[in-house]
This record gives sequence, structure tokens and C-alpha cells, in this order.
Amino acid sequence: MEAIYKHPKSLVSVQTKYCPGCGHGVIHRLIAEAIDELGVQDRSVLMNPVGCSIWADLYFDFDSVQVPHGRTPAGATGVKRMLPGHLVVCYQGDGDLAAIGTAEIVHAANRGERFTTIFVNNAIYGMTGGQMAPTTLVGQKATTAPKGRDPQGAPEGAGMGYPVRVCEMLATLGGTKYLARGSVDTPANVRKTKQYIKKAFEAQLRGEGFTMVEILSPCPTNWQMGPAEALDWVTSAMIPYYRLGEIKNELQPAAEGGKE
Amino acid sequence: MAEERRLMKGNEAIGEAAIRAGCDAYFGYPITPQNELTAYMASGMLERRRTFIQAESETAAMSMVFGASAGGGRAMTSSSSPGVSLKQEGISYACGADIPCVIVNVARSGPGLGGISPSQGDYFQATRGGGHGDYYHIVLAPKSVQEAADLTYGAFELADKWRMPVMVLADGLIGQMMEGVVLPLDKGESPRPKRPWAVGQASGRPNHVTSLCLDPPALEASVLARFERYERVAAEETRFEAVNLDKAELVFVAYGTASRICLGALQMAKAAGLELGLFRPVSLWPFPSAELSRLAAAGKRFLAVEMSMGQMVQDLRLAVSGAATGGRAATVDFYGRAGGVIPSEEEVLAYAKTLLQGKAGAA
Repeated sequence: MEAIYKHPKSLVSVQTKYCPGCGHGVIHRLIAEAIDELGVQDRSVLMNPVGCSIWADLYFDFDSVQVPHGRTPAGATGVKRMLPGHLVVCYQGDGDLAAIGTAEIVHAANRGERFTTIFVNNAIYGMTGGQMAPTTLVGQKATTAPKGRDPQGAPEGAGMGYPVRVCEMLATLGGTKYLARGSVDTPANVRKTKQYIKKAFEAQLRGEGFTMVEILSPCPTNWQMGPAEALDWVTSAMIPYYRLGEIKNELQPAAEGGKE
Repeated sequence: MAEERRLMKGNEAIGEAAIRAGCDAYFGYPITPQNELTAYMASGMLERRRTFIQAESETAAMSMVFGASAGGGRAMTSSSSPGVSLKQEGISYACGADIPCVIVNVARSGPGLGGISPSQGDYFQATRGGGHGDYYHIVLAPKSVQEAADLTYGAFELADKWRMPVMVLADGLIGQMMEGVVLPLDKGESPRPKRPWAVGQASGRPNHVTSLCLDPPALEASVLARFERYERVAAEETRFEAVNLDKAELVFVAYGTASRICLGALQMAKAAGLELGLFRPVSLWPFPSAELSRLAAAGKRFLAVEMSMGQMVQDLRLAVSGAATGGRAATVDFYGRAGGVIPSEEEVLAYAKTLLQGKAGAA
């Protein structure tokens, strides 16, 4: 009998420390499945982030490197330049990538560094306990935005700025070849997200340029919602602001022939 | 092979030595007075199809060094004082993850933006683990273009030998001046030392290169192991130069550019019939405390000379604090200039003479 669903080889078989309803577990699995399907577990390197997913190196069953908060793309640059034949996966959250590490992601992307960033956008700081993220939606509450994110400038408003659309921002840069935004709110979107991840990995292995998949992901704990309610909030509140799909695709035509 | 002598700027000699030592990857950000070094690495590294990146910041450059070293390459960055402050984040991580790498500081005056003149005001930052956490790393201080090249070349070996960052602490004077230099042997693309802990080894089990450890006893154990290694580093890698100590009535203690000035003052004194000595720490960490303690016990009197308000002198005082002669603590005096002012040989000699005539207060 053919096994059609099993634990991915590239993922360690342990229970994660993530909260119930967290999106990281699903996203880890998608990455591991894509790596298994490409057969590159023994030549993959995870760039471990700072944030809840700092645990990622406990779960992915391949090499990892941990650099400071936000410097993940800089560290990945160093690793990939030394190991050009490896699949380098930068796993970053919204604080890591879009706040403290904005300079690093912009410049690595612009240089066309040939690694893939998996950008998990849950619109909140998880590890530190629910502070406002660069991607927190307008009006969304956080411990550091107790009345909700107020974008109106000071002194009339709190001057918290607007949620950053990272894919759209990076799309202007010449070094970026593939920028897609998926979500794990529904089974259909999970499947589509996996296609994006695999396409980005294949492009990396062909050496095409900078690739990134942004993934909208629930954080029930810090959104103070139940898991099901949190998934609904991704659908109803996040997706209307963060458009899903391939925001930029300048991959070689050959890449489009890939099948899922 | 015939000796290869060239007239080079210190910054260029450091770059050439790094390339010859087998530097696989260089990452830097422009800052005066070390810009010739970054430019030299751009042409030298790219010519050899090695990695050169002008990074978006000093913080990024240091994390690129971390990544490249974790990926198995010999990696280096360089900067000057304000830029090295930014690198301290990554240096702490590199020390915490035992990452071999080379960091060059062609120091300028501070604090803050300060100025671009040579200074030794970064001694504390360099030797005390300038970032957060419990750590040290090797710090080497050249006095000449030749020594800048030699120490940089050797720094790559030391970094791999001890699995730690090695800093070459020069200053703007060493970086900018031109001297004759005999260049070390080019290692070319010969195999680099094995790094079984690095990523990309395909050893069958994952390697995790990290400084993270959330279990206090386990983290303490790793810090203790590192500190045991520091003791071995101190035993094997302490370096200094001693000049005319036997006859000296007063011993200058100075490193880098300040030691050249002291050497000039020493020679002027000798011509006038006054015997002065020079003790020059080459390794600032590990500091040659034991030697200085022995000299103190032998009754030597010291004058520390620095291009700062007095930083190395604190290590000197610590080194000799236990040494007493005839019930008297060793005498340590200090002369320094700050703000990028370079003391003259004459003023240093004049200060030494005043001390010997008993007119200046002893510390």
C-alpha cells in the first residue's frame, strides 16, 4: 500500500513548543515536505530567527545557523556565499524581518542573494508577549498599542504608522525574482502556500536570485482568540489588506513548467 | 622563494596579508581612516573570485562574517571605532557560538563621532568584550606596517586554532602611513583548516551553530569551558616586546603607535646618557601580566604612555598590584593625550625626566 501522508523526513518527530492554533507548525511542515520532495535535506541550512520560531532548529532535521535578531538575511548571505550549492532557508517573523532587520532584508533582496526567505506574518510580536509589529493592522490591539494601532501622526494621533506590505515593498528591487504571499487559514491556502515555497526553493537551487514567500499566520494567544476564531480573523481581516498571490514572478519560463 | 618587499600603506598591507592568509570572504562598510583596506579587499578578493560585499551596515557586515565562518569560510571584517561599536553585537554572538573570524579596527578618536585622527581610546572596548555577556577574544596591536601585516596573517590561524574572533587593533596612523613590508607567503586556495562544527559538512547529523542556550546550568557550563580555553590562550599566546629593560631606571609601557613614540624617546634619552626601557604588549588580550609582575617585583618603575586618558594602564596596575619590593608597591605613572592628539617624543621624554627628578606625583 502506498503511503500518501506521513511525517516529513526533514522534520524531527517531536511535539513543538508552539501554542495551540499557532501557524508555525503547519509552515514548518510545508517547508520540510518541500525539502523532502526536492531531496535536499543533506544540503539544506536553516537560518534560525529570533522570535517564537527561535525553536525552529529543534524541529528541522538539518543544519542551522543562529545570528542576531533581524540579521538573518546578513547571516544567510554569508552562509550561501560559502555554500552556493546548498538550499539556504531564512525563516523570519514580522518583527525580525520588518522592524529590526529591515535594512538587512532590503539589501540582501536587492543584491539578489540566492536564498529563500520564509516570512511569517502574524501581525504581532509573539515571543515577547503581544507587542505591536510593523505588520499589525490599523486598529488592532497590542500591549504597546492598547487602544489599537493608530496611524495618525503625532501630536493629534499616536503616530504608530501603517502596516508594512513587505512583498510589495521588495517588489521594486531588481534583485528580487519571486515574491509570493500565501496563508495558512484554509486547507486550500495551505496547499497553495506549499506550491509557492516549492517554486521558490526550486528557483533558489537554479540560482535565479532572491526569493521570498510571505505567509499570513494566526497567533491565537496574542490575538486573544480561540484557534478557530484566529483563522477566521486571518481570512476576514488580514487577507483583505495583505493580498494573496504571486506579487512578483520574474522566474525563468522553465520554472513555470513545475508541477505540484 | 625570493623575499617580496613592497612599500605599502598599513591599510593595504593588512588587506594583502589577509588575502595571503586565505581569507575567503570579506564584508565591510566604508569609514575613515580604513577606507583603503575595504577598497583593497574589493579588488583583491573579486580578482580571485572570492567573496567581497560592501555591506549595508557594520552590524550586517559582522553577521555576514558570522554566516560565512559558520559556512566554513575564513571571514574578515574591518572598520574604525564607531563602526566597531556597531559590530559588537555580532562579536558577542561570534564569541558565544565560538566562531573563528578576524576583525580589524583602524581606530580613530572618540567618543561618539569624535574625529578621524589616530587614537587608543578603544582599548577597553577591545579587551573587555565590548558587547554583552561574559567573554573575551584575542586582541593584537601592531606598531608598524610590517607588524600589521604579520599579525593579520597570523590572526586567521589563531582564530581557527582557538575557535574565537581575533581582533587586530591598529589606529589611523598605522593604517595611513607607508612603510616597507615583507609580505608573508600566499596560501592561495590551499585547503583551509577543517571545521567539523560548521554547517554544510553533510556528516549525517545536523550541526547547529548558535549561541542560544536557555538552560542556566548548561549555559554556565559552556561559559566555564570557554574560560578554561581562555587560560590556555593566555598561557600560549601572550606576546610582548622588551627593549633595554636591564639598565632602565624607568620602563615605558606602551603599545602600537604610542610604543613607537616611546622608543624614540628612549633613543633620545640614551643619547643623553639616560637609560629608559620599553615594554610593549603585542597581545592586549591576553595581557602580559605575569611578565610585568616579575618586572615590578624586580623593582622596576613604570610609565604607561597611551593615546587615551589611560585604559591599558589599568591592566598594568592590576598586573603589578600584587608585586611589592621592600614593602613598597610598584610605582606606575601615566602620560596620555586624547582626542586624536599624538604625543611627541620630546614631550614624553620630558615627562619621564620630570618623574625621575621626583617633580611629578607618583600614582
